[in-house]
Amino acid sequence: MQRIGVFVCWCGSNIAATVDVDAVAQAVKTEPGVAFSTNYQYMCSEGGQAIIRNAIAEHKLTGIVVCACSPRMHEATFRKTAATAGLNPYMVEIANIREQCSWIHKDREKATVKAIILSRAAVAKLNLDSPLTAGETPVTKRALVIGGGIAGIQTALDIADAGYEVDIVEKTPTIGGKMAMLDKTFPTLDCSACILTPKMVDAAAHEKITLYTYSEVEKVSGFVGNFTVDIRKRARSVDADRCTGCGDCMEKCPSKKSKSEFNQGLSNRSAIYIPFAQAIPNVPVIDREACIKFQTGKCGVCQKICSAKAVDYEQQDEIMTRRYGAIVAATGFKTINLGRFEEFQYAQSPDVITSLEFERLCNAAGPTKGKVMRLSNHETPKTVVFVQCVGSRSTVECGKTYCSKICCMYTAKHAMLLKEKYPETEVYVFYIDVRTPGKGFDEFYRRAAEEYGVRYVKGMVGKVAEENGRLRVQASDLIADKQLVIEADMVVLAAAIEPDPSARNLATLLTASMDTNDFFTEAHPKLRPVESPTAGVYLSGVCQGPKDIPDTVSQAGAAAAKVIGLLAKDKLVGNPCVAGCNEPLCNGCSACELVCPYGAITYEEKTVMDHGVREQRRVASVNEALCQGCGACTVTCPSGAMDLKGFTNLQIMAEVDAICR
Amino acid sequence: MPAVKEIQEKMRARAGELLRDGGVSMALGWKRGEFCHDPEPAFFESEAELDNFVYDGFSSPLLSKYLIETIRKDKQKGEGKGSKFLVFLKPCDSYGLNLLLKEHRVERERVYAVGVGCPGMLDVDKIRAAGVKNMRSFDETETEVTIHASSGDKTLARRDILLEKCLVCKGPEFAVQDEVLAPGLPSFEGGDRFAGVTELESMSPEERFSFWRNELSRCIRCNACRNACPVCSCNKCVFDNPQSGVQAKSNADSFEENMFHIVRAFHVAGRCSDCGECSRVCPQKIPLHLLNRKFIKDINAFYGAFQAGADAEARAPLTNYEFGDVEPGAVVKRGGGA
Repeated sequence: MQRIGVFVCWCGSNIAATVDVDAVAQAVKTEPGVAFSTNYQYMCSEGGQAIIRNAIAEHKLTGIVVCACSPRMHEATFRKTAATAGLNPYMVEIANIREQCSWIHKDREKATVKAIILSRAAVAKLNLDSPLTAGETPVTKRALVIGGGIAGIQTALDIADAGYEVDIVEKTPTIGGKMAMLDKTFPTLDCSACILTPKMVDAAAHEKITLYTYSEVEKVSGFVGNFTVDIRKRARSVDADRCTGCGDCMEKCPSKKSKSEFNQGLSNRSAIYIPFAQAIPNVPVIDREACIKFQTGKCGVCQKICSAKAVDYEQQDEIMTRRYGAIVAATGFKTINLGRFEEFQYAQSPDVITSLEFERLCNAAGPTKGKVMRLSNHETPKTVVFVQCVGSRSTVECGKTYCSKICCMYTAKHAMLLKEKYPETEVYVFYIDVRTPGKGFDEFYRRAAEEYGVRYVKGMVGKVAEENGRLRVQASDLIADKQLVIEADMVVLAAAIEPDPSARNLATLLTASMDTNDFFTEAHPKLRPVESPTAGVYLSGVCQGPKDIPDTVSQAGAAAAKVIGLLAKDKLVGNPCVAGCNEPLCNGCSACELVCPYGAITYEEKTVMDHGVREQRRVASVNEALCQGCGACTVTCPSGAMDLKGFTNLQIMAEVDAICR
Repeated sequence: MPAVKEIQEKMRARAGELLRDGGVSMALGWKRGEFCHDPEPAFFESEAELDNFVYDGFSSPLLSKYLIETIRKDKQKGEGKGSKFLVFLKPCDSYGLNLLLKEHRVERERVYAVGVGCPGMLDVDKIRAAGVKNMRSFDETETEVTIHASSGDKTLARRDILLEKCLVCKGPEFAVQDEVLAPGLPSFEGGDRFAGVTELESMSPEERFSFWRNELSRCIRCNACRNACPVCSCNKCVFDNPQSGVQAKSNADSFEENMFHIVRAFHVAGRCSDCGECSRVCPQKIPLHLLNRKFIKDINAFYGAFQAGADAEARAPLTNYEFGDVEPGAVVKRGGGA
């Protein structure tokens, strides 16, 4: 028989305001096994923990139930408390009477009854608890960063500087990501390439960093400290070791009609190409869809003229299997497809462009060498209308409900750059709100509006129509309460940003969770913002939520710090709550093996003693180092042969019984 | 298409051959029961024993499941290692064998599966309902059955006296076999096998609950459904295992039978081939197949059409994960799960 202590927390008024904590403590006194119960204002505080430690000693408790907040919050805390007082840390149960009771109910009487029931269930479970001991597993001291934009580069550099090996896997032919496409950066207006490209070089040159560009993660298995990852290195059709990056192949390539991804389709590129001059690695890749040799078999010009003999049409995709201790997702974003926002004529008129396209037009290395021009007639626009929140904070189906966070600032930047280059231009910005919460941000916006004379109009653009070679922009001015019609030469749409589509598949591979918008979910929105709920998986940059460059770099560093903290350990204490097989009950059906997401279950032929009969049987066997205790096997097993330590079938049943009593 | 009698003789002859010199140490078939309408599963170890062999319109019991114990006992004896067992499979039983193979309950190399065509099995209750008393013998063709009984001779259309499971036959193909002795017979058109489920779905939750309470209240926990089911084959059933805590619970109150059947339906969900044996063997005539068909209907709706036992390799929807899998919210959206 257990001797159980029940400790009911007030959580200040978080619990006590809705739940009669004293009544809970009194009610559980009569539960089987309960030797002591009390309540206290903050159980997690030193004072509260002292009450627990003293009670364990004084009442010779064999286990404790803490009725408090979610176990995600303080289970670890109370396990430590129990361990300090000499108890096995797994003789601790948490009844969540905050998130699952006081926070969601208003009626004090009913909430108290529910809190009593939840506490009773925890007592019932504890009665069947037995001490558990955790095993240890070694840590592979190498990290994988998925995504080679500024987030991935920064995280990799920080980890590598701490002395650990890092691999970056980037799906495009070069690292650099979206930041490489930007012209200037707010609020300081320093040139994006000037601050990014040195970092790209640092990453490539760092002895601890290995780049896998034009590569994708294909398979992930294992667990924190011991991931095994298959990386598909797609065939570049160019031998990177031989290529000198001279660029002759690109010049001579007869297929020059492909849209440049880097220039947002505003210029063409050859089939064999380097995305941009500062790309890393500076090795071309053959776009096999566009290549005449690959499509028709006739051509081969690049191979003929390559003096380094680097072009290799036979090159195949290569799968590499690497082991990592930690994985960082840094998959970034893309702008949403504007095809469905018909009111803005984006698909119809070449003079309606996205902000990212505008960015390329401003850029000295861009398709127009930095000359802002109308794409329809190459003339300098005299009137430019910027539209904010295109698809952001939106209630329509093709839009996003969230704020994309970066558009207010980059639009102010664009307006300012335009005024700087062409002071005579009339510039309008239509906005819902101008949001400038960042260091130097509001000052920056005010400069645009006050010093540069950019005309900020509160209101949305309702319609853009091509008329006599110009764009007729109909909009409302909410402050003046009137309709405006502006004859514009160019309309720039601040398209909402969304997670890169590759993130969804990656989340499945990593068993990392996502929100409804496909942003990765944090382990805790405030206290663990750079960790995913999946142990050993970390988040960097926009894949977790919209961010500007300063935020991204800070978060990238934070993710690196967490990774370094993990890799610095030689061993990880495992989770003792693992599955096990009761062999005489096992049918050998493999259902558990099929559902195990961690590949922790295998089958073997074994001699089993069943009621005195010795038999050769096919039975399940659990690799405890791989098992994460998810319990999928236990609910799949029809005979109940699979059971989970610390959450046995009988314990779950006892909890249900206690609730239904 | 040979008459059923001819198939029986071919089977008897082939079993004899295989037992004599075909490397088969035992044959699973049917032998005459106490009455003409209750042949029972039987093991035949020699040609002489085959005199009792019978295959006719009442050879409804499925045989594949008996392979589990047969092979296990053979292994325990430690002799005759590697010996093969002949099993006669009607098309519907071939699905059962596939499930046993898939779940490693039976080793493929220990089985010699002979497919036999099936004319559709007869329901003695329907014959009785047609006014026949004390049935003594019968003659059958593919379309008609003539009953000789103390109440006189009576000829009935085969279709009218088929078992429910044969009215929704999966067809004459064999999902697994080593040889086909008599090819499958064309099956009868039975219509929508989910009609009964649809009717239950249209009831209010209260009506449905009382329907099942009423049906299941007749259960006498004889375990016939469990014993006949090709996938209900645990070494030890949770309901026979005092340590599981399920048994004690199910005995505690009048919900006992309900709980047994609900748990059983969950345990066979995604594995049930809809062979209909559970309902056929139920002495209390509880329409247990409706529980399983509800699962099948939902699985088909959520994951695409799936036939358990159609092969021995494919992953069943409930023990598989695919990127496009339906989210749990789909149940709520459809109006259920409240």
